[in-house]
Amino acid sequence: MPRSGWVWLGVGAAYFFIPLAATVEFSLKEASGYGFSSYRQIIDDPQFRDLLWVSFKLSLATIIVSLLILIPGVYCVHLSFPRLRPVVEFLSVLPFVIPPIILIVGLLDFYNIERVPAWFIESPRFLVPGYVVLSFPFMFRALDVSFRSIDVHTLTEAAHSLGAGWTTTLVRVILPNIMAGALAGSFLTFALVMGEFTMAHIALFNTFPTYINYIGQTQANPAAALTIISFGLTWLALLGILFVGRRPGRGAVQVGGTR
Amino acid sequence: MTAYLELEKLHKDFGEFTAIDELDIALDAGEFLSLLGPSGCGKTTALRIVAGFETPTSGRVVVEGNDVTNVPANRRDMGMVFQAYSLFPNMNAEDNVGFGLRVRRQSGAERHKRVEELLELVGLTAAAKRYPHQLSGGMQQRVALARALAIEPRVLLLDEPLSALDAKVRVQLREEIRRLQTQLGITTLYVTHDQEEALSISDRVAVLSHGRIEQMGAPADIYNEPSTPFVAEFIGTMNRLEATVADEASVQVGGTILPVAEARGLPRGERVLVLVRPETLQLERVDGGGAPGALIGEVLAHIFLGPITRVKVVAGDHELSADLPGPRAAELPIGSRVAARFPADAGRVLGLSEQPEAPAEPAQAGQ
Repeated sequence: MPRSGWVWLGVGAAYFFIPLAATVEFSLKEASGYGFSSYRQIIDDPQFRDLLWVSFKLSLATIIVSLLILIPGVYCVHLSFPRLRPVVEFLSVLPFVIPPIILIVGLLDFYNIERVPAWFIESPRFLVPGYVVLSFPFMFRALDVSFRSIDVHTLTEAAHSLGAGWTTTLVRVILPNIMAGALAGSFLTFALVMGEFTMAHIALFNTFPTYINYIGQTQANPAAALTIISFGLTWLALLGILFVGRRPGRGAVQVGGTR
Repeated sequence: MTAYLELEKLHKDFGEFTAIDELDIALDAGEFLSLLGPSGCGKTTALRIVAGFETPTSGRVVVEGNDVTNVPANRRDMGMVFQAYSLFPNMNAEDNVGFGLRVRRQSGAERHKRVEELLELVGLTAAAKRYPHQLSGGMQQRVALARALAIEPRVLLLDEPLSALDAKVRVQLREEIRRLQTQLGITTLYVTHDQEEALSISDRVAVLSHGRIEQMGAPADIYNEPSTPFVAEFIGTMNRLEATVADEASVQVGGTILPVAEARGLPRGERVLVLVRPETLQLERVDGGGAPGALIGEVLAHIFLGPITRVKVVAGDHELSADLPGPRAAELPIGSRVAARFPADAGRVLGLSEQPEAPAEPAQAGQ
């Protein structure tokens, strides 16, 4: 690499790492000197654990709903309606274009009818449909890349000719071959839901991100500690993608249509 | 009535395009029949209808007297080998071969035994644990063949299984397919666009064009006695001479009278097509003057084909090909004047008027 390359790399690294290092430094600050008291305070807060758990459950629910809809959906598009693919691809970008605030206001309006059961509308579960929409671009692209890397037609027909029905074909043949994409999409969705603030805030539900916001407005040092913890969680999710992508025998994971 | 597999008046339209037009084919048990034709001729569509991947617009598929036209593909018990990339990438060779048996809930021990047998049959015992991406193209197709045979299918269907392979592997594997097919006595429908392949492994060949059968018969009959200009052109190389019937058992090409046995009995003056294989065309050098019963022309080019050399000759409006042994060809350098003749019984005569020029029609959209 030429010298100027190193300079730019340094500038980029500084741009990312200086704020991070500053946050770490700030989170470790105590009345006198440095220590882990801010971290201890966060971890001992029952609200932290409860809301982390809420967001975790929301992530899982979002992932499950999203996979249940999109795996058969993308399979179907690839198998029978290849001409719809560009349309679906365009739709998948919409959540990037439409701000979450518009989405949640719309959703609130949509659910403003009496027949929606209380168990749904009165709990953070209410957020799942919105999160499924938000995760659509990530999930769709990850799955789409996986489906494009296999010969969906031939594999399906081969399975059928050997006596397999639709369920067996999907579970035994298609699913194992798009697993990498499904996992990559899931990790991205996990990171997304664990950090989604706008929708939860507007819909007046407490989740992990609204907790971060609350701490940030009330306690300075623990807020920095919390930021670092939530960074760590996101990184773990991304590391998970790399790990899955490196498994032998599978094509490397490609995320977000990076091909 | 005793046919094992019957395609009865099969017809398939894709919108405006007729892929198959009233196809009637019957296979005896244990017979190997090839559907041969250029791309877009409907051969793959016909095979896919038999497999159950396409529904015919009209007509029936009958196996052992049972109409299976509306039986879904997964309940037809047809073993299918695809062009390529059909092995399940997440399973090794063994599991691929065992897939059909697993779907049929065959017990583990029994399944293992059968899988072993089949892998041995295709000579891949050593590669049982390898995944598709660790196998060569030829090996993948062997696994695909073993997998199709594992379920003891009623009919074996092969859709251009060799087209993605190297020439050498292709020849080797086609011989192996034929050996296995004969050994197992399995009724087989084979689709290919490669005439050499079809002729070399089939009991019978059906030549298709535009969704219709042009000719169906034993390979030797198809080769030696093509019944339409299309078949003649498609199978091997043919010299085409446009001629008019002259006197008893001869035709006139340009100003030359050529003896052709098949022209006997045809009305004098009728326009016909005389077809001559390059290997039956004889060339001899002429220095000035003519040669009765031969076309006079000039050597245009030599094409080296290994055991033989194809000599191209321009004679009047016709370009002729003659296959000669190398040393013979060397005696006729480019530019030399030659007389081209063929034995009277080597020329195939087809009426021009009854036969529209099938190959000259514009090609239809792809399959």
